[in-house]
Amino acid sequence: MNHDNYDDNYIRSILNGVKSIAMVGASPVNVRPSYFAFKYLAQRGYDMIPVNPGHVGKSLLGKPFVASLSEIGRSVDMIDIFRNSSHIMPVVDEALELPTPPKVIWLQLGARDDAAAAKAEAAGIKVVMNRCPKIEYGRLSSEISWMGVNSRTLSSKRAPVPTQGMRLSLNRTSVGGGATSASDRAAKNKNELT
Amino acid sequence: MTDRLPGFSTLAVHAGAQPDPTTGARVTPIYQTTSFVFNDADHAASLFGLQAFGNIYTRIGNPTTAVLEERVAALEGGTAALAVASGHAAQVVVLQQLMMPGDEFIAARKLYGGSINQFTHAFKSFGWNVAWADPDDIASFERAVTPRTKAIFIESIANPAGSITDIEAIAEVARKAGVPLIVDNTLATPYLIRPIDHGADIVVHSLTKFLGGHGNSLGGIIVDGGTFDWSKGNKYPMLTEPRPEYHGIKIQETFGNFAFAIACRVLGLRDLGPAISPFNAFMILTGIETLPLRMQKHCENAKAVAEFLAGHSAVAAVNYAGLASDKYNKLARKYAPKGAGAVFTFSLRGGYDAGVNLVSNLKLFSHLANVGDTRSLVIHPASTTHSQLDDAAKVKSGAAPDVVRLSIGIEDKDDLIADLEQALSA
Repeated sequence: MNHDNYDDNYIRSILNGVKSIAMVGASPVNVRPSYFAFKYLAQRGYDMIPVNPGHVGKSLLGKPFVASLSEIGRSVDMIDIFRNSSHIMPVVDEALELPTPPKVIWLQLGARDDAAAAKAEAAGIKVVMNRCPKIEYGRLSSEISWMGVNSRTLSSKRAPVPTQGMRLSLNRTSVGGGATSASDRAAKNKNELT
Repeated sequence: MTDRLPGFSTLAVHAGAQPDPTTGARVTPIYQTTSFVFNDADHAASLFGLQAFGNIYTRIGNPTTAVLEERVAALEGGTAALAVASGHAAQVVVLQQLMMPGDEFIAARKLYGGSINQFTHAFKSFGWNVAWADPDDIASFERAVTPRTKAIFIESIANPAGSITDIEAIAEVARKAGVPLIVDNTLATPYLIRPIDHGADIVVHSLTKFLGGHGNSLGGIIVDGGTFDWSKGNKYPMLTEPRPEYHGIKIQETFGNFAFAIACRVLGLRDLGPAISPFNAFMILTGIETLPLRMQKHCENAKAVAEFLAGHSAVAAVNYAGLASDKYNKLARKYAPKGAGAVFTFSLRGGYDAGVNLVSNLKLFSHLANVGDTRSLVIHPASTTHSQLDDAAKVKSGAAPDVVRLSIGIEDKDDLIADLEQALSA
């Protein structure tokens, strides 16, 4: 898998396929990016589980925090990790130890660990790094276009009127896929420098 | 479903637009409304807190304007865009995200006269200091860099003489200085030059010119290249520090490679207020659909008119980068192989008086202070757009007293040449 840029079909199949998402590093503080993403994905119908040992006893939008992946007590389709690049490997190791490992491990915007990704992929797990599922969902559904963002998709079909909690169609025609080539290049250069 | 990148003309017609979900209207409707109802209190709070995508108030965003923004972002190869009331507003909003009082930016000396004024005088009261550099001397940009430098600003095809700027060389200076390169791409449009492909980080436009193209609506736009790492060196607190007006959100951390466009929207446009009218956004959007066709015709006509003038005995010199003999022809062939644009200058052997005579004798060309219209336009920069500059600055910026500027329209070129011919011999 080329982790510098992803084919839209890869991202689309993940977001269309997963139903439950455990978010490691979810924050109850409502200005943190993890809170934004958690809330958005819950509103789009995903079964969200907040994982953060610092907040056990509290809940996030009605979902109780659990301390670790093993304490979820059931299988999840995707693990979305809101941790810095240096804290990824232990989470991946823990995920691989689960009775039923996840189908997808997703590393948030800014996070990348190629060794951890290779380990997960060797176990048959799909990996996405340095992306935000909220942004990707918004982009592929074109909902993000409200913000003037280049969704890199086109459609000549009439979209349904969106209602609350509704899953949006992600099956628009992709143009080029993912981020722009200039921004991909900049991200790659940054990654090589660090 | 394939990841096939459509061509420029397809994007010019389709990017950002889709049939209206409610009515099925195929053309983007004009959402001429100030405000948008919320689903409930939580939805309202989510929108105000930047947690959800959606519409609040037309000063911050509007569905018609959003189509325009996505379309220009797609045409420029940027990650996002923000439309504002004018090209001048775009420049204020961009620099407000980058500059604190006492900071500096470097600007090419060859710019639209209005920008020279804005940078020199209006920005001075904000404590933003401009350092001028010569786009024909790359080392002059390097020499102008100081620890307070926050950005470099150039025009791709520069006013008034249509000279071509070496974007890649100046992008390299910006990269070394650790500051973003801002390119005003108004005279080129993305059809002729895409500055982000050449290393620019931010593109601004006056949409009023070729993009809208019909001289009927003002507008400006900011395109985020998604290429600049704002976190490096802690130079850009608007992007990286917690924002008190949003309860401590950090814009870059939250919005990644389109953070700059979001900062311009939620910190710049929201608080400074220069919103574009949805009606103007609609007019400009309609104009953009024919941008490739118009630019081809503009460039073809401009070249024919420039060639005619170059061979006329009353003309002392023609500055058009599309002419093989022009000093900027090599750069034009590199950066703008499809055409060198349609704005250029020439000087008359008869000097200032001959220029004034020519302008008053033309019958098809309109004498006015705009460029990039379907109609051919003429102006005498020294007495109008560049009149606030002193004589030395006029010469340096390419607006010497004997210079006449043309913006060539999409009429039949033979008619344009005939009009110039009669006016030159009158």
